Parts: sequence; C-alpha cells; structure tokens
Amino acid sequence: MLRVTGLTKSYRSAGEDIAVLRGVDLAVATGESVALSGESGSGKSTLLHLIAGLDAADSGEIALADTVVSHLNDAGRAELRRDRLGLVFQQFNLIPSLTVADNLVFQSRIAGRHDAAWHDELVERLGLKSLLRRYPEQLSGGQQQRVAIGRALAPKPLLLLADEPTGNLDEDTADEVLALARDLVTRTGCGFLMVTHSARLAATLDRQVTLHAGIVA
Amino acid sequence: MRRALWILAVLLSHWRRHPMQLATLLIGLISATALWSGVQALNQQARIAYDRAAATFGGSRTAMLVARDGATFPQTLFVDLRRAGWPVSPMLEGRVQIDGRSFRLLGVEPVTLPSEVGNAPAVGRGSLQSFITPPGEMLVAPETLRDLGKEGERPEANGTSLPPLRVQAELAPGALIVDIGIAQDILKMPGQVSRLLVGKAKAPHAALESVAGDKLRLVEPSAESDLERLTDSFHLNLTAFGLLSFFVGLFIVNSAIGLAFEQRLPMLRTLRACGVSARMLNTVLVIELVSLALVAGLVGLVCGYFIAAALLPDVAASLRGLYGAQIPGQLSLKPVWWFAGVAISILGALAAAAASLAKAIRMPVLATAQPQAWQQAQRRWLLLQSAAALAVFAVAAGLIWFGDSLIAGFAVLAALMLGAALILPMVLQVALAFGQRSARAPVGIWFWADSRQQLSGLSLALMALLLALAVNVGVGTMVESFNRTFLVWLDGRLAADVYVSAASDQQAKEIKAWLRDQPEVQAILPGGRADTQLGGAPIEVLGLPDHATYRDNWPLLENVANAWVRLRPGDTCLVSEQLSRRMKLAIGDHIEVPAPGGNWPLEIVGIYADYGNPKGQIAVNFAALTRRFPQTPMTRMGLRVAPDKIAPLITALQEKFGLDDRNIADQARMKTESKRVFNRTFSVTAALNAFTLGVAGIALLTSLLTLANSRLPQLAPLWAIGLTRRRLAALELLKTMAVALITALFALPLGLLVAWCLLAIVNVKAFGWRLPFHVFPLQLIELLAVALAAAFCAAALPVARLARMQPASLIRIFVNER
Repeated sequence: MLRVTGLTKSYRSAGEDIAVLRGVDLAVATGESVALSGESGSGKSTLLHLIAGLDAADSGEIALADTVVSHLNDAGRAELRRDRLGLVFQQFNLIPSLTVADNLVFQSRIAGRHDAAWHDELVERLGLKSLLRRYPEQLSGGQQQRVAIGRALAPKPLLLLADEPTGNLDEDTADEVLALARDLVTRTGCGFLMVTHSARLAATLDRQVTLHAGIVA
Repeated sequence: MRRALWILAVLLSHWRRHPMQLATLLIGLISATALWSGVQALNQQARIAYDRAAATFGGSRTAMLVARDGATFPQTLFVDLRRAGWPVSPMLEGRVQIDGRSFRLLGVEPVTLPSEVGNAPAVGRGSLQSFITPPGEMLVAPETLRDLGKEGERPEANGTSLPPLRVQAELAPGALIVDIGIAQDILKMPGQVSRLLVGKAKAPHAALESVAGDKLRLVEPSAESDLERLTDSFHLNLTAFGLLSFFVGLFIVNSAIGLAFEQRLPMLRTLRACGVSARMLNTVLVIELVSLALVAGLVGLVCGYFIAAALLPDVAASLRGLYGAQIPGQLSLKPVWWFAGVAISILGALAAAAASLAKAIRMPVLATAQPQAWQQAQRRWLLLQSAAALAVFAVAAGLIWFGDSLIAGFAVLAALMLGAALILPMVLQVALAFGQRSARAPVGIWFWADSRQQLSGLSLALMALLLALAVNVGVGTMVESFNRTFLVWLDGRLAADVYVSAASDQQAKEIKAWLRDQPEVQAILPGGRADTQLGGAPIEVLGLPDHATYRDNWPLLENVANAWVRLRPGDTCLVSEQLSRRMKLAIGDHIEVPAPGGNWPLEIVGIYADYGNPKGQIAVNFAALTRRFPQTPMTRMGLRVAPDKIAPLITALQEKFGLDDRNIADQARMKTESKRVFNRTFSVTAALNAFTLGVAGIALLTSLLTLANSRLPQLAPLWAIGLTRRRLAALELLKTMAVALITALFALPLGLLVAWCLLAIVNVKAFGWRLPFHVFPLQLIELLAVALAAAFCAAALPVARLARMQPASLIRIFVNER
C-alpha cells in the first residue's frame, strides 16, 4: 500500500547542507503496523512528514496505493492527507476552540466521509462519551491523544501516521492509548506507521524498521 | 462548499472562545466605519444642498453672458441678442430686506428660460399666467417659506408688497424667484438685467461681438459651484478628521487580527495537517474577515447615521456662519452612501489584516507554532520604521518649503503625523532603556525591561493615542488662538452700542429723525453695503461713516498714516485681509470697482481683519458708497448711547416703531450671538476631537485586554518567586501609565507643530487669514491629565483581573510549559 523508494532529503543549516535522509526504502502493507525507530536526528520524523506530504523530498518516490505523493502539488497533497491519511502528533494538535465532539468529526466532515455509526463506535471505544462537550484544555494528555486518534481514524484512512504519539504520556497511559490505536487500526484494516523512541512500544507492532543516519539500518 | 463551511465554522469557533477579541475587532471596525461614514454623510448632505443652489436658475452650472465690468446692463442687449439667434434669457439679481433679514431676489423671464437650465421645468409646471401677471408669484424653497409665512401671503420689502408666496421644493433655501419685470420694480432697476442665461443653440447665431460689442463676455458653465469651491476647505477638514478616526479605528482592528492570527497559528497548521489546502484556508480566512466586516460595516453605518444626524445642526450652523451656505437640517442620504460605507469597512478590514493574511499565505505547515513571536520580532523593524519616519519628515519639510496649496497644507499635517507615529516606538524604546539603565533594584530593572518587551504589542495603540492627542493639542490651540483673536477683533468691530435694522428706507428715515431728538443718543452711525465684483469674484463694499468710533476701534492690520482721514473724499478704501491675500493687494495699490455709474477707482490705504467672511470685502466712506451705489438700502445703523440709557432707548424704539428682536440689538447681545455662532462653528471639531480621543482610548484598552492573557507567562514566575498579585497588578498599571505619559509628552510638541501648520498654512489657504500663534499651558496640562486618565481607564480592567486572578490560573502557566 505504501511504497517509499530511494528517498532523500537534506536541509541547509548555517551555510551547510545536512543530509537527513539518504536513500530510504520502505513498504507498509495494508493492515500492517510498523514501528519506525532510531536515534534523535536519524530522520524518522522527516520521513513521516514527507510521507504525509507536509514537506517535499529532494529525490526518490513515495507511492500510496495508486498515488505518487511526490508528484502532487500543494492542493493534491492536502487532498491526500484529508482523504487517505490520518495524522497523530506528539503535541496532540487538537483545535482548542472546538469541543471534543467537534474535533472528532472535523476531518471526516471536511473529507465528506462522515459515518455516524463508525463515529459512535469510535466514541465508545475511545471512552470519550462523557467528554464530548469539553474543550481540549479541559482534558488530560491521555484524553487529548485519544481524541486525536479518533479524529485521525474517523474518515477511515488508508494509512495512520503517528509521530511519537505517546511521547507526552506516562507509561501506563501510553500503553493504554497505543492499545486503543492498534485495536482501531485492526478494526479499520488500515496501515499504521508509528515513529517511536520506545523499544518496548515498538515491539508491540507487527514490524520494526530502524533508521540510522538517514538510511534504513 | 460544505467543506468551506466546516472550515469557516472552525475558524469562527476561535471567536466564540475569545469573545473579547471579537468585540475588539468589531468595535474597531464599527468605530472606523461609523466616524468615516458619519463625516461622509455630512459632506454628502452639504453637497446636495450646493447642487440645489448651483442649479437654481442658472447658477454656475449654466453658461451665461455678463457685463465685462460685472455691473448690470440694459435689457435692450437681450432683445438684440435674441434677434440675432442667441438662445438667451434675462435675469436680474439683487438683495431685499424682509423683516430685517436679507434675501436673494432673482427675477427670471419664464418664456425664454432655456429648458435645460436648472429649475426651469419647475416654473413651466406652474401657471405661467399667474407667475407673470401682477401681482405675480414669488417661488421659494420650503425652508424659506417657513421663515416668511404661509403660501399665498405677501411679505413686505422696503415698503413694497412682494408677490404672494408659492413653494417650489427644488429651489435653494434663501432665494426668492419672481418674474423679471416684478424684480425690476422691487429692486428699482427698470430695464436692467444682471446676466443672460445661455441655452443650447438650435441654429447658428451671430458672433457675440457683432451684436453686443465688447460690453458682454461669455462665462462657461463650471462643474464646481462657487459654494463648493468656498467650502472645499471645510469639507477637506471634516474628511481629514474622518480619515484620522478611521485609521485610529483600523489600528484596533489590526491589533485584534494580529493577535488572533498568532493565537490561531497552531489551529491553522492543524487544519493544513488535516488536509485543508493553503488556497482553501486562505479563501476561508478572507471570507471570515469579509463577513465580520460586513456585519460591523452595517452596524457602523447605522452609528454613522446617528453621528451625522447629531452633528448636522452644528455643521449647518458652521457652513452658514462661515460661508453663508444653507444646508437643510434633515439628513437624506443617497444609496451610494450605504454601499460606500460597507465597502470602506471591508476594504479597511482587509487592509488592517493584510499583514496577517500574507503571513497565512506564506505559512509553512511544518514550522513550529510561535505564539506572540510577532511581539518579539519587532526590534529589527524599529530601525527601519525610524528611517521611514525620517524620510516622511523630510517630505513634510519639502512640502512646507515648496508647497503652496491647501492640499499641500493637509499633506504637511499628514506627513508630520505619520512620521511621528512611525518614530514613536523608537522614542519609547530610548526612554524606557534610559529608565532601565537608571534602575538599581531588581524589580525596577524588570519593570523597565518588561515595559520594553511589552512595547511592540502596545505600539499601535500608543500610536493611535499619540495621533489623537496631537490632533487635540493642535486643534485646541488653533481654536483657542482663534477665540482670543476673535474676541479682541469683535470688540473693535462691534464698537457701536445699539444696532438697528429698519424694515424700509422710509422707516429708517423716520427712526433717524426721532433719534436726533433723543439726548441720550450721542451718535447715529449709518451703515450700508453693496455687492459687486472684483477680478471676476463677488465682493462686498462696506460703507463706514466718518466717525471717531471707527477711527478709535476698527482694527487695522496695516495702514498708511491718517488712513481714516484719507478715506473721507471717497477715492481710497480699506481691503479685507483675505481679499488682499487672494488678489495680492498691498497698501498703495489701486483697484477699479465696478459700480452702476461706471468703474470706481480706489487707492488702498489699509488692510483689516475680517474673520469668518468668505467674500472679499472693501470698506469705503459711507457717503461715497451711497453716491456710487444709489440703490444701497439705508436701513442699517449703529448708535452710540450712554451705557445706562441703552435699555430704555431700545424699549422706546421698539414701542415707537414696532421693531422686534430681529430689528434691534444692543452690542452685548450681538457679541453674545457672535460668540455663540463662533463656538458652534467649532463644536463639530470638538465633537470629532472627542470621538478620536475616545477611539484611541478604546484602542489602548483593547490592546491591553488582548495582551493581558499573553502576559501571564511573564508575570507567573514573578508571582512564584514572591511578588503578590496586588503588587504585580500595581506594577502593570504603572507600566501602562508610564508609556502613556511618555507618549503624551511626545504628543505635546507634535500637537503644537500641528497647530502652527493649521494657523500658518491651512487657515491662510482655506480662509485667507492668518491668526497669531499662542501657546496655552493650562490646556496642555489638561490634555496630559486626559491622556493619563484614558490610560488609567484602559489599564484598570486588565489590571483588576490580574489582581483578582486565582492562583490556579497562574499555576497553569507552569503546567502548560511541558
């Protein structure tokens, strides 16, 4: 479903080109969950951002199902994120002025793929029923991340991308949140690619890929 | 579409969570639109009135033939020209006194009146027979009818019964329209016409010179009436005020939108991450802004309407007092005003949001959100802004040096204020840095350092305060200077003790005869004035009797020795300051004044101040005036009377000759009335001044309110290390007062410079007279106090909130800083 081939990306810093990704190859099959790990600066987050179309690669190709991400313009990449991807961030990135209920339906609504039954199931499974009228600032970190996962999965994406989704959570909450995410991913049958520092959490997914100095180790 | 609505709903949800910010934005837009639209409504109302006046039977909108010397000419020329194929129609114009009040009488010839001449169809619609057959009809505007009586009544002028009144809605107020034959009788000018209106030629006609020789000249129609030209400065002044208030309002909008944008940056990035394209996001941002501007614009228009309605009586009084323009007291607005008001609100909102929208367009999805970065990133702008300020000051200096027009005068003012606003942050930065260097205690050092850090967030509001204060100082100084000069001048001009205006020449003779027998009357000073033209512009010729009252009191700005003695023979004159400036006349120059008997050569022996008179004026010996202008009404006179005999004499005159308050007035009442008119003239300015200062106060309040939340991360650590909330609140208040004080101190010299520009450049160009420049220290101290009071009021609410803030709110700052 996801195929990354020969991906390179460098940044210019202090007058010097720094190669972050130096020919990454990666594949994620439908329904597969993959942990992407590596030391700080190894290019994990950069790879995730490139797959999400948040940034453009220098060379190489990213293909999601029948779409070559690297060929898309800004509007095309926005459409890809809206219709085919779910994104979860370490900082939750909920919309502070919307209630939990509105945050949850936001992406599925703008994608035009709102499914009321699936929405109710998400609310139930994520344990958000009593929190629907609250605002993000009134939630704990774990609760906020559950809302973020719900928002990302509401449009039933092809692939869920998560960048250190448990980085701001304690161990128990992290386990709980990740278990929920895995369950829901299995339920939807989408692919799951998660960046994590934690070898313990990485071990709970189907496969681990380690990046080292910009290439898959 | 549905997608866009969802995104719009998300964007709008920010305002639901931050109602104060929304209120700030709306208040800014409403204030800006209301003040701008209010001023435009006043201008539009006045222009409608000028159009009515200009369209009245061949105002400046009609081509006409006039005598080369500006005097009347024989009717036979009209007959000759008609025979030669010229589509001309005669008109006679003069003034009549009705119940002591002066009206403009226009005699027209309805049969030949060209159909394209303004108001011509109005006469055609009425009964032509009853208009031209004695006693005829006198057409008047509804406003004039109210002054003169009821339809069908026949008022009297100079002992003659005028034709019955008939109302004609299209006419300009103050004009009386009669058949030309009747006008010639009333004005005692048989066979004379003032001008010939020229219609569209349907067939070729002979050359003008071949029929009329060099007696007549053709005056082409003008798009702008005399009244419009005269009042341009007044409306420019109003527009400048409206524009200033508009910009001050936009400062509020800019600050609110800037803050909202920074607070919404994480939201915007999340939206982009969720798949909203940059184009869609920016489109919806613009739609959101336009929707808000539309709502605020409509509310602003309604407020603007009420502001205009409240100010209209004063504006009408000012225009009547300054220019003799008659403006109806009721507001009637064209649809274009409503559309323009909404458009200006939307354009203003877009302009105020331009920087934020540009940031949104360039915003990379991945950059980390940096709320409030805009407040800290201003330092590099400070130098650029200061450099721009110096450039603008250079432009102002250039305009003072080379500019020679009213527009240049206003441009100097605009450049001065723009430059000062741009350089204000640097001035504050330097002053606060000096404070920081002088401080020793840690809290003191923090006080100054934090004030500097806070500056970029407050600078727009402080600029608004600076401009409002400077304009207040400038206009206040001008009005006070004018007031002081005017009072001294008035004492000289109103030197007689009692003023009488008889209903007719006959009654005036009877009154004079009676007065000669009254021992308490020390002198009878007859007065009179005639209208003529000089250099193509209308002027008044004022007749002054040869008496010590004038020699001792009449204020002259420049004169030759024994000017009053030299006035006696009737071959010299005094000229008003505005006429001398307009025509570049000086002492010793000679002028030729058109009079019924031919040109009157006069040598200028003095120049006098004539404040508030839009027309040029010359003063001559009264006896000479009556010789040269025999039709001059002799109805006016001044009396010198012992102070204790004034009241009994007025009572006796009223009883004996049936005079009412409009016909007789003592000096004290005349002065009180003049001062009342004077004060009313500036009441509009005072009201707009107050509005502008009020809006600036709101700008400061809203900036402080919107900054208040973002200040918590700076204040919480101080609270954590032991400063009480009350002390922190006091320090916050003190900081606001300190920057407001520095701003106000900077506004004082700027305001005095503005006053100098108004007095030395704008007034001279606008009115033709220059006032002496005075500084009023008490007024300046008062404004300093007002500025500090405004700052105190603006800071009070956020500071009170801080003082009462629960510790939990402060603790949250540390919890959020993961």
